Amino acid sequence: MKVLMTEYLRIDLDDENWECRVCDHVVGPARGNYKEGLLVHHRDPADIHPPVIDRDKYRFTFCPDGDWVNILEFYCPNCGTQMEVEYALPGHAPLYDMEVDLDALKEQWSHREEMLEPSTGPDVSVDRHQHNH
Amino acid sequence: MNKKSTDIEVDTQDQKLVAKFLKETTLFLGPDPEIMRDHTILPCTEHEAECLEKYADDAYLMSSIRDRLSAAADEGYEMVEQMGAAPGAKWGDVITGIYSKSGDLTIGSAGGVLIFSALVHHPIKFIIKNWVDEPTVGVSEGDGFIHNDSRYGNVHNTDQSMILPVFHEGELVCWVASTVHEGENGAIEPGGMPSMAETPFDEGLKMSPFKVVEKYQIKRDILTFLQNSVREPKLQYEDMKVKLFACMRLEKRIKEVLSSDGPEALTACLRYTNESVMTEVRRRITEWPDMTVRTYVTMDSTLRENALIKVNVAVIKKGDRLIFDFTGSSPEITNRAINTALPGAKGMIAQAFLNHIWPDLPRGQAAFSPIEVITPNCSIVDASVNAPNSQSLMSIFCCFTVAQHAAAKFLYSVPQKYTRVLSPWFNMINTFIWGGVNQHGETLGNLCADLNGMGGGARMNLDGEHALAPIFASMADIGEQEMNEEEVPFLQLVSKKMTTNTQAPGKYRGGMGYTMIVSTKDSDQWGFMTTAVGSKTPAIQGLFGGYACGSYPLCKVEDVDVYDVLLNNPGQFKHSIPEIMNEEPFDNAKYSTHHMGLGFDLSKRGELYMISQGSGGGYGDPYERDPALVIQDIEESLITPEWAMKIYKVVLDEDTLIVDQEETKKLRNKEREIRKKQGVPYAKFVKQHVQQEPPADIPFYGSWNSDYDVVYAGSRDDKRDPKNPGPIYITNPRDVRIAELESELDAVRAQSGIQATDTRK
Repeated sequence: MKVLMTEYLRIDLDDENWECRVCDHVVGPARGNYKEGLLVHHRDPADIHPPVIDRDKYRFTFCPDGDWVNILEFYCPNCGTQMEVEYALPGHAPLYDMEVDLDALKEQWSHREEMLEPSTGPDVSVDRHQHNH
Repeated sequence: MNKKSTDIEVDTQDQKLVAKFLKETTLFLGPDPEIMRDHTILPCTEHEAECLEKYADDAYLMSSIRDRLSAAADEGYEMVEQMGAAPGAKWGDVITGIYSKSGDLTIGSAGGVLIFSALVHHPIKFIIKNWVDEPTVGVSEGDGFIHNDSRYGNVHNTDQSMILPVFHEGELVCWVASTVHEGENGAIEPGGMPSMAETPFDEGLKMSPFKVVEKYQIKRDILTFLQNSVREPKLQYEDMKVKLFACMRLEKRIKEVLSSDGPEALTACLRYTNESVMTEVRRRITEWPDMTVRTYVTMDSTLRENALIKVNVAVIKKGDRLIFDFTGSSPEITNRAINTALPGAKGMIAQAFLNHIWPDLPRGQAAFSPIEVITPNCSIVDASVNAPNSQSLMSIFCCFTVAQHAAAKFLYSVPQKYTRVLSPWFNMINTFIWGGVNQHGETLGNLCADLNGMGGGARMNLDGEHALAPIFASMADIGEQEMNEEEVPFLQLVSKKMTTNTQAPGKYRGGMGYTMIVSTKDSDQWGFMTTAVGSKTPAIQGLFGGYACGSYPLCKVEDVDVYDVLLNNPGQFKHSIPEIMNEEPFDNAKYSTHHMGLGFDLSKRGELYMISQGSGGGYGDPYERDPALVIQDIEESLITPEWAMKIYKVVLDEDTLIVDQEETKKLRNKEREIRKKQGVPYAKFVKQHVQQEPPADIPFYGSWNSDYDVVYAGSRDDKRDPKNPGPIYITNPRDVRIAELESELDAVRAQSGIQATDTRK
């Protein structure tokens, strides 16, 4: 059985591995940090948040200061999908963000049906043209 | 050695005597840690158990009473919102609620600011503990108690509560309370949220809970004292009356229940509600995967100077336990206002659950009661009573964001969800606080309700909503600017216009924020403040490959009267920040940018203050964004074609906005290949990139990497014990600037040979 853990990651409970949901690539052991199986790129903030006002004239430009924050992008090494982005302190270690208790996960899903797509929760949109009387 | 039973009796008697002696000789009833550190529903009393035994099986009766009480709470909320004078009341920065006899908030109003649902029980418990049996105070029918001091349970001192006990045949049965963000409170800056506060004594009125109403009448002598303590004396009176009458309406509705069903049924209903909500919360927690999720965000400013201040969390879920552990967060900063008292931090996490995770649960204290919180003492999220906290919003908003970010990672796999998985909401109040003498000669101090226009986070299958709602209230308004302008002497020359190219990208993008350009017109005693972090680094994260928002500065144009420009040469005026700042259309004007911690700044007629609300976080890989959604954003002027092509790798015709689907697919595949080439294997990246200490040239506060044995206090050389960090004082930025200029001057003098005019020491 496979459990969908994020938009791009699932855990194969039998093989005990993190997998890419886009290309099925085995990322790494599910008892460990999935990021260790990914590629990391240190992105210049100006690539994503270009200055709205002239950076030659002004100190604050709507673009984050690259000396004050690092944008770390994590890619699947097989398909290049961007699985996670971390806005990190400059020089700070990336976070071990999801440390799963795999045995507990196995036990929990032993009582559940496998899901191929995640549930999205209740639909709260209202059909204003519907009349029930 | 075993004690004899007589020894134990003596011990107990001694203990009682000592307790009595201490109570009678206590010189000061400060904030009580026993009350303030406990956010849980108090244990079931014997009387509550008896009432439950009698009535809990009657589900129809329990439901009927709860619905009536819930409607009463909403009625009280409507009264305050409709009649309240404070801008906060008008936009819904309000809660009304019914509290158990023990003081637990059991039924709160559905609308309004839900953080209060985790806070106002503290002052009620203080009243129960200290004033009920106090001969000089006492609690009787018709009494009302006022409170605002956040150290006794509140977000910050702008919020004032009115608290009434409810009696039945001489017996206390429950409490009602109404709380409003009143704004002005006599602090050193107008509007009640002084960034310049360096001690709690700079923060204005500090009302521990005290009696201000007897026989349902406001005591005029105390009222006069309070009015003399604030800049808006009429508002102080009006809103005290409004809150009192809302509480009296709640009392009336409760008495109707008491009359129809009796006090035991009411008590049973209140206890049953709390018990059933706690049971349901534990069940929902059990559905989450057992896991530890770690995240952090940084504040980039103290509102006085730029610095990096870490709010760190590990969220541990095991079985039916959910624990938020803030170990590693910044120590408190002793002379800056951005610290929070512990209940504020907890309240904001509760808010994340009540607004965005389990919004279907009844509004009350029970929804957060089973969740545990660990905080380092004397930290930015659990400050001592000696640290100012008037700008606690800065740190508590970060608590909200880390809670929301972590929760999303738990929620994705859960089969039954109650909301969408969501990227973090924009979390700062990018608005103007204002004050001074208005066009009618009245002294005012408050803020623009535009703070409620925060961009929503992107959802797992939808874009975020623009400028939708603040993180602290799901149903709040941004107010009518034209109405505001009848009372304040400035205009919002540009408003409600989305700030182009400030989107948080993703497969689904965050909801965006809008530009505000304000200018004083009809007063020469008027000024503005801004109180937000995030002008150098964003204070949110994105989710699952989506990005956070960018950064949002304050832009100013001085030495211009834009009203003259509009009168004489209207074409010269521009309607966006980039046009005004990049084109500099006004001759001889001074253009500048600043961080968003502007201290109260007296403005001149026609000068411009320009800011933007921010974007909620993005969700998912931007290369997966549907090109049709990209085009829609271009058509709505949210982004430019150039920006769209750069971020989303969409190949389009800029004139027709027709997408070349095939070329887009090819380009995106090519870009994915580029990612694979530019990306570095994790271990190699860590070796190359990770530093063992924080940057040498940036003031940093908090833990570094995963070492929680020390916290930094502004520099690499200043390491503190997180269990006892001691005081941290930051030099006034004006003194820092003077020292810099003196140093430059000394260098110039030395170079030029010019002596100072006075060299005496």
